[in-house]
Order: sequence, then structure tokens, then C-alpha cells
Amino acid sequence: MITTAPPPVETKKNYLNSQEGLKSWLLTSDHKRIAILYLITVVAFFFIGGLFAVLIRLELATPAGDLVDSNTYNKFFTMHGIIMVFFFLIPSIPAILGNFVLPMMIGAKDLAFPKINLLSWYIYMLGGVFTLYVLLSGGVDTGWTFYTPFSTSYSNGYVIAAGLGIFINGFSAILTGLNFIVTVHRMRAPGLTWFRLPLFVWAHYATSMIQVLGTPVIAVTLFLLVLERGLHIGFFDPAYGGDPVLFQHLFWFYSHPAVYIMILPSMGVVTEIMTTFCSKKPFGYTFIAFSSVAIAVFGFLVWGHHLFVSSQSVYAGMVFSVLSYIVAIPSAIKVFNWIATMYKGSVRLETPMLYAIGFIGLFTVGGLTGLFLASLGMNVHLTDTYFVIAHFHYVMVGGAIMGFMGGIHYWWPKMFGVMYSQLWSKVAAITIFMGFNLTFFPQFFLGYMGMPRRYHVYPPEFQVLNVLSSAGASILGVGYMIAFCYLVWSLKFGEKAPPNPWGATTLEWQTTSPPITENFEVTPVITQEAYTYTSEEVVHVV
Amino acid sequence: MSSSVDTTVIDQTPAARHHFESLEQQKDASTIGMWVFLITEIMFFGGLFMAYFAYRQAYPAAFASASNKTTLWIGAVNTTVLICSSLTMALAVRCAATGKKNLIVLFLVLTLLLGSVFLGVKAYEYHDKWVHHEIPGEHFECEGCTDAGHASLFFALYFGMTGLHATHMIIGAGFLIFLIIKASKGAYTPRWFTPVEMFGLYWHFVDIVWIFLFPLLYLIDRSGAAK
Amino acid sequence: MANHNTHSNPNVRHEGTEHHTEHIVPIGIYIGVFLALVVLTWVTTFVSTIDLGRLNIFVALSIAIFKASLVLLFFMHVKYGTRLTKMIVLSGIYWLFLLLFIVMMDLWTRNWMGVPGR
Repeated sequence: MITTAPPPVETKKNYLNSQEGLKSWLLTSDHKRIAILYLITVVAFFFIGGLFAVLIRLELATPAGDLVDSNTYNKFFTMHGIIMVFFFLIPSIPAILGNFVLPMMIGAKDLAFPKINLLSWYIYMLGGVFTLYVLLSGGVDTGWTFYTPFSTSYSNGYVIAAGLGIFINGFSAILTGLNFIVTVHRMRAPGLTWFRLPLFVWAHYATSMIQVLGTPVIAVTLFLLVLERGLHIGFFDPAYGGDPVLFQHLFWFYSHPAVYIMILPSMGVVTEIMTTFCSKKPFGYTFIAFSSVAIAVFGFLVWGHHLFVSSQSVYAGMVFSVLSYIVAIPSAIKVFNWIATMYKGSVRLETPMLYAIGFIGLFTVGGLTGLFLASLGMNVHLTDTYFVIAHFHYVMVGGAIMGFMGGIHYWWPKMFGVMYSQLWSKVAAITIFMGFNLTFFPQFFLGYMGMPRRYHVYPPEFQVLNVLSSAGASILGVGYMIAFCYLVWSLKFGEKAPPNPWGATTLEWQTTSPPITENFEVTPVITQEAYTYTSEEVVHVV
Repeated sequence: MSSSVDTTVIDQTPAARHHFESLEQQKDASTIGMWVFLITEIMFFGGLFMAYFAYRQAYPAAFASASNKTTLWIGAVNTTVLICSSLTMALAVRCAATGKKNLIVLFLVLTLLLGSVFLGVKAYEYHDKWVHHEIPGEHFECEGCTDAGHASLFFALYFGMTGLHATHMIIGAGFLIFLIIKASKGAYTPRWFTPVEMFGLYWHFVDIVWIFLFPLLYLIDRSGAAK
Repeated sequence: MANHNTHSNPNVRHEGTEHHTEHIVPIGIYIGVFLALVVLTWVTTFVSTIDLGRLNIFVALSIAIFKASLVLLFFMHVKYGTRLTKMIVLSGIYWLFLLLFIVMMDLWTRNWMGVPGR
């Protein structure tokens, strides 16, 4: 039995240097290069969305509306929401880390449809162009939720362009999801049965199910919105016989599962990080795998909890409330499994692990506060207040973005063959964690005390908490800037990374860092369970 | 393992793309990919069907009287035309699988012709609606409709749903032209005719959408009984 | 450590490949399905002109569902397809019904709980 030893890192051709020139990047079909294209553009949108967050928190540092007027403030939170949800969070992990790592984890040379993968990126860019156009022309002020009839009939913002931008972007997500589903079904290496797959792959499969089944609905909804705004057809405007609640149903049918698109990949990342840095197989593999699918399936049954105060029937509200409690269970199962993985594991507190541990705490807070909101009675008091904002930022930033940051830090050596500064990465992780909590924890109290969301003015008694929140936001921003700086610095000056700096046990670590274009010299043949590989054992030469 | 598709010699054209290990795997992947795409289409049209059911339930009289403004027999004939095109498409795929090169081209051309007839009839119907001011918007008029205010919702859905359907057919027609050209050059053999088969799935799906659109848009309360 | 040695054959079967032969459907079946579809089209057209009250939509949709099933099973080869294909089709139909029925649940139950306006 011959094994391929990892070749010396310095001399090997890899996917980064195998072809040169801009054209070789812009016309690539290599999933790893496409992941890098996404990395650059997704992070760019993150900073634009972050800029709007800064403007929001600046305005909210004082009770009076003294920075901007209310119309402009409406545009701030709308652009922040649209960019962060559609152009950052939804693509972030799947399009960057999923694209890069998933084919390697299953021993494939690429995704099933590499050219469609590239097309996904171009579609994403086209949607981004529309959004930038909206931004530069003066923005849209309807909230990222585009509720009618304001968005169709009264708003003075660039609703049609924004709607079209998101509509187009949706197809990028659909194609990525389609690609992942086919890849996982048909491109697995010989011997790699479903229950030998890494849990990151299960998480992305579940995410792809949601993308494929949910995104078309928001596509058609935005399409109708654009038609209505342009032609005044009357789908959603009561003046023409339409029903605004129908819009909300169609919108949230996708947008609720969308939050699971954002969190599931992040949970997949956390499982991978936990396994590696506890040097232990994940506790309850089957439970975690099935929970991922359960979240995807049940996540489609709960959207009405966004409509509790909309004049949706009380009966439907009760049903949605019960289902919303049920959907929390698989997530809780995962949290227990991660903690059980840490128990009696040999825990190494490297930077990715700091993010993963932070994820568990913050996601738990976010998830539990979601249950407050799922209760019909509590929801009446808390809806449209800062409590909701705090809740979803805990799960989306404290959850999804922590997972994203953890994943970037975990796979950075694999993607670029370099290590970043251990000291600065830990400083950044802790800064982000503390800044995040200072920003959003006070918002729970603000919401409970009655401060409404989407207002640029508030009563003076709320100022102290708002100032704390704004201070936290600046710390959070500094944390992200530090991370950006040392990561970019590492590309040029970072220490060369070995193939497997973390001692991880999934397939992508058994090849070079950075990988060659074909990923593996020879297609691996799998004969063992997940998380048990080392270079000598898994790669067979025929 | 036995397979009527010979995968042992994979260096003869057509060859599987580099990231696939065999033509069979590639074809399998393409088939699943097309089916996953079709269920995204189910959900895409699904949103419109949702709006339809919501508004029909709310305004049944308006919908019934508005639906009667469509011409029943034209709808039935057009449905038949589309079903014929599905037959010719299925036969085109079959001919590709059995290696009858000239017949592939013939059936693809017939499919294109029948699809064009369908679109032509639709264009006629749209024109007819235009002439009668039955387009929703500022100048909407519905002669003899009960509850004209809400009848415009029916027409909005009529144009939205059939318009989206027609767009899919036009895109399909474009692909058909491409397939016809390729087929006439002999690109499709029993070893590899995946594009024809995948397109067939798409075309049949578009037919299925119409199979539902026809009763929902044309057949509401045709007996004229008062609701 | 068990070595399945699936690599000895260059046509290595990738995980997940469900083996099935290319099935050629007899022309007779295609013609039969075609005729059924055309007949059903005219049946549904004719039935719609008879007043069956609330049954009209039920009959029309049932016929449409049956026609769609014929197209799916025979023209689109789902009957001869893999289990995965059938799962995908069923998922699509199921999710569509989720969308339709759950929203209609709201619209149909608006007055059930005796809360004014809801």
C-alpha cells in the first residue's frame, strides 16, 4: 500500500499560482478560486453594511434626531438590513467556505457544475451592482422587509431597483444550493456513505435544501412587488383590493427559513472546529446530522411568528407559536452535543476555538430570547421593539458571524498556505466578543422598556443604554478592523503553513496547503468513519 | 454490472468533464440538477398560485365573472396544442435514445412549431384583452363584471401567471432552436443525448404548469349559475 | 481495516450512483398517455359548463392533478427513474402544498377565535 506523503509546501504548484492573470480568475471554473472571488466581494459588502451600522449607532447616541432626518435614517437601516442579509450573511459561509472546502471534504475534484458555480458569482455581482446603484442614487427606505403598501405606493426610495437587485441575487443562492445538493448526492468518493460525511457537509446540504425551496418564493414576491410598484396592479395594495398580509406571508415564507440558511452553515463550522480543537469526535454525530435536516424542514413551518400582530388569524398564530417552540429543539440538541464534545476533550484555545465557544454562548442567548418572542402574549409587548433587534443580532452576529469568523480563521491556512498572527487574532476575537455584547445586550432592556425599532429618536431616559450600545459598536468595529488587517497582512508576510496545522481529521487537511487545482493527487477511497483520517491511512493509490 | 451505456472507454468523444469519473456519473448529476431546478420552478410559480388561491377565496364572484371573459374553447384548444408539443418532445427524446437522428430533428421542429402556435394564440388573447381594456391599472374596465374593483385582481393574476408561463416558453423556444441546430449536426447519439433529455424535462414541466393554469383561469363557473 | 478495493476497476462506481439501465419507453405508452391527456382536457372543459356547485373546482383540480401525474410519470420518466428522483419530485410537491395550505389556514380561520377582526 503506497501512500502519498504531503509534498514540500514551498515548491508545489497550487490552485493560486497554477494560472496567472485576471482572466484566469474571472473565467475560472475552480471552486477554490470562485470561493476567493466570493471572499473578496462578500467582505466588501460586509464593510458597506457595517458602515450603515456605524451611522445608525451614531444617530442613536443621542435621543434627538440630530444627525439625520427620519427619512434618511430609514434609508440607513434599510440598506444595512438588505446588504447584511442578502449580500453578506446568506452567501458568507456557503459561497466562501462551502465552495472551498465541501468538494475536498467529500474527495471530489470540484462541484458537480463548476461553470454554474462561476455563474452564481456573476449573478451575485449583478445583484450587487443594482444594490450599489440604489445606494448611490439615494437609497431605499422601506426596511429590508419591504412591507406593502408603503413600498408599493408611498415610498420615495428606489424600491424597484432594490427589489430587482435582491431578486437577481436570489438566483445566485438557488444555483449554489442546487450545485451543493447534486454534489453531495453524486460526487462523494468511493466508500463515503452519508453517515461518514463530515457534519459540515450535512449542514450545507440542509442549507441547500432551504435555498432551493425557499428562495424562489421571495423571488416571485419581489417580482410582484416590482410589478405592483411599476404598474399599480393591486396585488398588495388595499386601495386596489389587494392584501398587505398576503405580501407578508409570501415574504416571510422565505425570510424565516433564510435565517436558517444563515445559521446552519455556521453550526457546521462550529462542529468542525469543536472536533479539531477538542481532539475528539463530535458527540452524537447522528443527532447533529438529523438536527440539521430537522431545522431545515421545520424552519419552513414557523414563518407566521413574524405576523402575530399583523391581523393574521389568532388560530394560525397559536399554531405558529407552538411550531416555533418545536423548531428550537434541534438547535438545542446541537448545543448540548457541542458542550458534550468539549467535556473531557483536550481543549486547545486557538483562535477558531475562541470563536466557536463564543458562538455557543451567544447563540444560546439569541435562541432563548427567540422563545420569548415566539410566545403570542409576550410578542405583543416585544414586537417591533429593540428586543427583537437584540434577539436577531445575537443569533445572526453572535451566531452566524462568529461562525463565519471562526471558519475563516480555521481554514485560512488551508486556503492561502499562511498562518496569521496568533496574538492579534486572539485579541481581535476577544474584542469582537466583548464589543458585541456591549452593543446588543443593553438592547434587550431597551426593547423590554418599550423603545421601538426603526426610530431615530427616543425618550431621554433611554439614552444611557443607547450610549453603551453605541460604545460597544465602536469596539466591535475595531475588532473587525483588527481582524481584517492581520489577515490581509498574513497573505504577504504570514508564516508558511503546513498541510495540517491544527491536527484536524477531515479530508481537506490531508492534502497540501494551499491545495493543488485538482484537490487530490488521487481520488481518496474512504474506509473509515468521519473524523478519523490521517494522511497515511486514507489516500490509496491504485 | 451491466449497462446499455458503455462507460468503459472514456477517452472517446463525448467524454465526461474532468471532474467526473464517468459519463454515467455526469448524466446522473445532470438529471438530478435539472430536477432540483424544476422544483425551484415549482416554488417560483407557487407564489403566484398562492396569491391566486388567496384572492379567489376572498372574491369568488369577481373571479368567476372575470374568468368568463376568457374564451373557453380557445383555452381548451391551446391546452391541446401544448399537450401535442409534449408528445413530440417525448418522442424526440426517445429518438435520441434509439439513435434515429433525422427523427430527432423532426420532432424537435414540431415541438417548436406547436409551441409557437401556443404563443401565437396567447398573443391573440392578450391583444383581445387589450382591446377590451381588461388590463389592470388605471384604464381597467370589465364590462358586465360583478365587483369590477376586485375583478382586476383576477386579470392581474391572469397576466402575471400566463405571462410568466409564456416567458418560460419563449426561453424554451430559444433552447429548442439551439437543440435543433445541434441535432441536425448529429451531436446527439444514444451514448450522449443529455441536453435533449434535460430540455425535455423542462418542456414537460412548462406543460404541467399550463395544465393547472387552464382550469384555474378559464374554467371558473362556466355554467353561469349565480354564486 | 477493511479495504473495499473498488479502485481495481477504472470505472470506479462513485458513492451514490444508483445503477439503472437506460429505459426506452414503448411508443404505445406515449401515444396512450397523449390520448388520455387530450380526452381529459376536453372532459374538464365540458364538466366546467355543468353546475356542480362547490364540486366544480374539486373536479377540475383532480383532473388537472391526474393529467400532471401522467406527464410526470411517463413523459418525464419518473416512473422509471431512481428513488432520488422520486424523492425530489415529492419534496417539491410537498413544499408547494405547505405554502398553499398554511397560508390558507390563516385566511380560512380568521374568525375562529372570536377576537374581533382576527
